[in-house]
Amino acid sequence: MDRRRVVVTGLGVITPIGNTVDDYWASLRSGRSGIGPITLFDASGLAVRFAGEVKDFDPEAFMDRRTARRMDRFDQFFYAATVQAMQDAGLDLRDDPVGGSRAGAVVGSGIGGFISMQDGIDTMRTRGPDRISPYTVTRLIPNMAAGDVSIGFGLLGPVTCVVTACAASANAIGDATEIIRRGAADVMVAGGAEAPICEFGVASFAQAKALSTRNDDPMGACRPFDATRDGFIMSEGAGSLVLEEREHALARGAHIHGEILGYGMSSDAFHITLPRPGGDGAARAMRAALDDSGVDASEIGYINAHGTSTPANDVTETAAIKTVFGERAYDIPVSSTKSMTGHLLGGAGAVEAIATLLAMKDGVVPPTINYRNPDPECDLDYVPNELREADVRVAMSDSFGFGGHNAVLVLGRAG
Amino acid sequence: MNRAEIEAKLKTLLVSELGIDESKIAPDAKFETDLEVDSLGVVELLMAIEDEFGVTIPDEEAEHIGTVGQAVDVVVAKLGA
Repeated sequence: MDRRRVVVTGLGVITPIGNTVDDYWASLRSGRSGIGPITLFDASGLAVRFAGEVKDFDPEAFMDRRTARRMDRFDQFFYAATVQAMQDAGLDLRDDPVGGSRAGAVVGSGIGGFISMQDGIDTMRTRGPDRISPYTVTRLIPNMAAGDVSIGFGLLGPVTCVVTACAASANAIGDATEIIRRGAADVMVAGGAEAPICEFGVASFAQAKALSTRNDDPMGACRPFDATRDGFIMSEGAGSLVLEEREHALARGAHIHGEILGYGMSSDAFHITLPRPGGDGAARAMRAALDDSGVDASEIGYINAHGTSTPANDVTETAAIKTVFGERAYDIPVSSTKSMTGHLLGGAGAVEAIATLLAMKDGVVPPTINYRNPDPECDLDYVPNELREADVRVAMSDSFGFGGHNAVLVLGRAG
Repeated sequence: MNRAEIEAKLKTLLVSELGIDESKIAPDAKFETDLEVDSLGVVELLMAIEDEFGVTIPDEEAEHIGTVGQAVDVVVAKLGA
């Protein structure tokens, strides 16, 4: 029997460059940065004082007030993105226990409720342990975004969570795809979210020497593959996709955005934060995704890079692409949309998979902005600064995380 | 603060802190059934009451607070209103 195919029928985002899919895509097309000085808290005492904040987010536009109040910000983001994705998919399973039992969710997050963790400890230290909110645990555990969409949308089947740092939501999409392929569900909500912009969060990443310190130039700080790159920029937000078994989607006449063709994973088994030099781990994940998809490497027309703007990632990812694609690597447009969004950590893989699907649908490749100074070790075509028309049928999206996790998706255009 | 003032303040708390529909709030409204406040919500409400009125409600007293009116009674007794 042929393997069950998995298509994408719903998309939703909350990002620093747009809180709808249309706004997000318009920003990516026009090369607009969502990075700026931190406004969510007083960052004046920190080494890093800028980030990619979500603007004008009103959780009560997506859920009732009581629900919004008990959730952490990362959970609100994912719920809001899923409201959009389910509307886009035209699915409502809340009063449909039969359909609901064939639906589930896999949701990734790098950390979960970072802000709630900080606030809870603050309250405990300053006011005492009996002043901590009873919702502290349910706000900070990273699986609650999956739990909440299950509750909110009537998803009664397989519902779980992936915590693989910056690879989390790519893993979530891949794992959800495999759940549909093996027949355990017909519909899966997949994606991820992060809300790490608090004093504890920014200071922790800054201490790990992972972040850009260009406080005087927030919008120009994220410069993936540029020789002067100096670290990533923390961002917040969420991406949610409705994945659906192809026949199930066709039978109900659903609009199809594209297809999840392949999923590959590997581990560097090398270092807690640094990628293995030479990109062997990343290359093995790319090959695994290609093998899984049945697509030949020669068919890949675009790569949405992990492209974090850290010195180590960008050179390693470049090497991995050359290992997998050989001389053809130079002919494939490779762009980092993180140059505009910043790094959504556990939400990155999902918003980037969405960008990749929209690129194929729209016949354009989004640019890598802030690219000025070529790095001899990063010598591919990074689609510098301007979007480009391109007829892409199959594309790849890379995500790599602290811990050495590598997750790669191969995505196909609809039809 | 008299009883009416305490009642009004508590009502404001229920709406602002717990997002409860104002029209459902009545002295005999039960938190868990009529107002659909779960056990975690009740804990949060009691903490909000303690902060708002500057009182302490031990667990053994908290167990007997099931309705809006009973919450008002406890605050009234504590404040000697």
